[in-house]
Amino acid sequence: MRCIAHLPALALTAACTLGACSSAHHAVAALPASGEVAAQSEREQTADEQVKHALNRLGFGARPGDIDRVRSMGVDRWIALQLSPQEIDNAATEQFVARFPVLAQSSSELLTEYPLPRQLIREKRRGMARPGEAVARDSAVGKLAGLDPTSADSMRTKAAGRLSRQLLTALQTAKVARAVVSDRQLEEVMVDFWENHFTVFAGKGPERYFLGEYERVGIRPHALGKFRDLLGAVAKSPAMLFYLDNWESTVEADRPALAARRYARGGDGSKKGRPRGLNENYGRELLELHTLGVDGGYTQADVLVAARSFTGWSVEKPRESGAFVFRPAFHDAGEKHFLGHTLAANRGIEDGEQVLDIVARHPATAHFIATKLVRRFVSDSVPPALVERVAATFTRSDRDIRECLRAIVTSPEFFSRGAYKAKVKSPFELVVSALRAVGAHPDSTPRTSQLIAKLGEPLYGHLAPNGYPERGDAWINTGAILARINFGLLVASGRVPGASPTEWTDEKALANVSREAQVDGVIRAILGGEASPDTRKVLSSAVNPMAADSTTNATRRGGLETMVGLALGAPEFQRR
Amino acid sequence: MQRRVFLKSGALALVTMGLSPSFLRRMVYAQGVPQTQKGKVLICLFQRGAADALNIVVPHGDPHYYALRPNIAIARPGSAEGAIDLDGFFGLHPALAPLEPLWRSGMLAPVHAVGSPSNTRSHFDAQDYMESGTPDVKGTPDGWLNRFLAAKDTCAECELRASPFRAVAFAQQTPRILEGPAPTIAMSSLDDFTIRATGSDVQRLEALYRTGSADLIHGAGAETFDAVKMLKSASPQKYAAEHNANYPTSPFGQSLRQIAQLVKANVGLEIAFADVGGWDTHVNQGGATGQLANRLADFSRSIAALVTDLGDRMDDVVIMTMSEFGRMAKQNGSGGTDHGHAGALFVIGGQVRGHKVHGRWPGLAPEQLNDGRDLALTTDFRAVFSEVVRTHLAASRSDALFPGFTATSPVGVV
Repeated sequence: MRCIAHLPALALTAACTLGACSSAHHAVAALPASGEVAAQSEREQTADEQVKHALNRLGFGARPGDIDRVRSMGVDRWIALQLSPQEIDNAATEQFVARFPVLAQSSSELLTEYPLPRQLIREKRRGMARPGEAVARDSAVGKLAGLDPTSADSMRTKAAGRLSRQLLTALQTAKVARAVVSDRQLEEVMVDFWENHFTVFAGKGPERYFLGEYERVGIRPHALGKFRDLLGAVAKSPAMLFYLDNWESTVEADRPALAARRYARGGDGSKKGRPRGLNENYGRELLELHTLGVDGGYTQADVLVAARSFTGWSVEKPRESGAFVFRPAFHDAGEKHFLGHTLAANRGIEDGEQVLDIVARHPATAHFIATKLVRRFVSDSVPPALVERVAATFTRSDRDIRECLRAIVTSPEFFSRGAYKAKVKSPFELVVSALRAVGAHPDSTPRTSQLIAKLGEPLYGHLAPNGYPERGDAWINTGAILARINFGLLVASGRVPGASPTEWTDEKALANVSREAQVDGVIRAILGGEASPDTRKVLSSAVNPMAADSTTNATRRGGLETMVGLALGAPEFQRR
Repeated sequence: MQRRVFLKSGALALVTMGLSPSFLRRMVYAQGVPQTQKGKVLICLFQRGAADALNIVVPHGDPHYYALRPNIAIARPGSAEGAIDLDGFFGLHPALAPLEPLWRSGMLAPVHAVGSPSNTRSHFDAQDYMESGTPDVKGTPDGWLNRFLAAKDTCAECELRASPFRAVAFAQQTPRILEGPAPTIAMSSLDDFTIRATGSDVQRLEALYRTGSADLIHGAGAETFDAVKMLKSASPQKYAAEHNANYPTSPFGQSLRQIAQLVKANVGLEIAFADVGGWDTHVNQGGATGQLANRLADFSRSIAALVTDLGDRMDDVVIMTMSEFGRMAKQNGSGGTDHGHAGALFVIGGQVRGHKVHGRWPGLAPEQLNDGRDLALTTDFRAVFSEVVRTHLAASRSDALFPGFTATSPVGVV
């Protein structure tokens, strides 16, 4: 993995080989005319700061050598390239992720190959039921109690349980690995952004079986695309339909359905008697969290109509097949009034599609999405003028996410003094940036994602539909500081797989130089060359006192590793 | 934030001038005079996700209850899997059986039809309002528990008394209710509240965070090192559960066990906070058994263990539960309940007016429901919270805790 090119050969700028690019100052003029790129004179950050800022905001921080590479190609050109991830070679990342073949499989294939443990139990019950006898309800989920299991049965159940856990760790491991090694850094940032915006909880029922497909088909292809496409892909994803319960939401008994139900209620009084009716969970969160925002000007009546519009949007056998299906028999066919629009009676899937059109085009959505993007890329205190410009871009560009991003990351606000290092890293950002800083190989074990969980951000593990905090300060408190310090020490001690401080490229260069040169080197490599006098003083004293007089490589190394650990735990490294 | 940083960097300045900073005096105080640290403690427990009050404190005497919930109602007391009768009208969900002894001994005071006057059905807005203490006002910068801490902080004696462990949340993030200028601690567990390094490395790390920089991270870091030192000397780990208290192994049960450890370690704990999720039962919530019953079993076993463990200390302790709103009176189309309005909470302690369900019951007839669908509100949550803080914690000015709110009549819960 060492051979990963940190900046790829550029198809797009074939004439501009690495190291031979025009400087950042000249690159501005060479950019495609978007008309909005802030001139250098409008940028408060120095040229060097701009490079570090871009690496920290459009990506997860610099790997060894990144700063020099971006500087030499020009920060504006690098940004333009990040906005077109398809131009960036990603073979090495894909090759690594291919170690987890389950991630490429559809939900249906996974459910067939690795049945849910409870599904096996259910099948066992069905097999045991005598003809005409109702199948026992699966109240004893997770157990084969009373079912007279053969040893083959329990082996199979155990294996299924193990595989279903491995599905989740594969997802988490791949997410971390992509963020650590992919050169399509902005794409990874945006996948993470949208996965948090459209969050689902892996711990709910069969959700983890849907997650790979959710990311691969629902989120990633649209992460820099059109918002309406993204919204539609999410709305139809088994992951979201299951998480926010819409798959179970049906027309109320006293309203007209689009089609007669094909199945009569079960004559045996078994599970077919399950109550049916409206479930407003998705309808509400679509408006509150996915589009308009809680102050977006909708009412409880709009929530109900949204929910009615999505009745029948369901999942085919979520525990066995897991594919989107529209069920006319469960769809409310009545006329609907939603946010000033009338949805004619007797329509089917078009109702939900039109609701998505309406909310995607609503001015409150433009404002809500613009605010969230500006908060992610610029500052927790969002500059109102920039939000307005981005919201206008959202509307003008037919809700093109790439154009919104371009407007943000080329704005004077983005390159302002106030935005520089203004964001506190989330645990995911902290861990990934630390691993990048020491040039780590991707970790193929679940260890790194477990560390992120311990720091407070278990991946795909946020239960509520609002996602993890967007504001940096939410992540900082007394307990979090300790956990972050301990994480830095752990990396330095070589106990994070893939991150070996002794293999760190800068380590080789720094092993045999004076202590002050080592301190400078660590500050340059880990902290981007920026450390307070106090931090510098603390790092200077970080050589093992027992070995202070020794000049052997081993003891010098030990001191260097401690220094790296202290730098990763320093307040400066908690910001991006 | 500004004020906290000022206080902390002020202490730092004292260190550099060779004077004893207040945190050192506090530590000496905590170790040397443990008896006087046995102050009053308020433990707030947040049920995030909107707990279904009607199946928790069951109005089995209301004729409309069973009609609204044909598949999920809790049966009348005396029938199989029926409610645990309290007063002939209300009963506890059978999974709350561990709380029944507290009712009998007069330590359990449920309040029904209580909640926020805000009409929001958003979890996040409603939690925000309950934690900021200002319904329908979004700009409130701090939480009401932090306002309590900050108000008490103003006298010199209190400053001396203040321990870094005065307010502790067992949570990954500082909860909104504790946000604000007064220092608080958030931790996931006592075991993790340490630095995994030795001697000189710890000192170096501490130095990294001890600078006077008026910065969010430095501010939190300085507090952290005070607290770590104090915890080490008090070593609450040595306080094992007493009176055969049996905590569930769930995260919630373990949080409550550690709250008990902090109470017994006499580290100056005044406010403790823990939260527990899983109450957003839109689908198949079940009745006497099932999803909600499982949540309630963990909830009640954890609380019962805490009360058992603390024994006589419960005379100084009040436990108060809360949830952002209740759920619809009528069950929904998926065997669950959608977002509603008023809810229920528990106040538990040695000195509370227990053995009584507090609050006026609004009824469940169609015309009595809020918006025709939810339990109506008869008690503002601020009336309960301010009464508890005023009476139990001797807060002098509860109007400062809940700006814009004046309690009209006492709830009478403490």
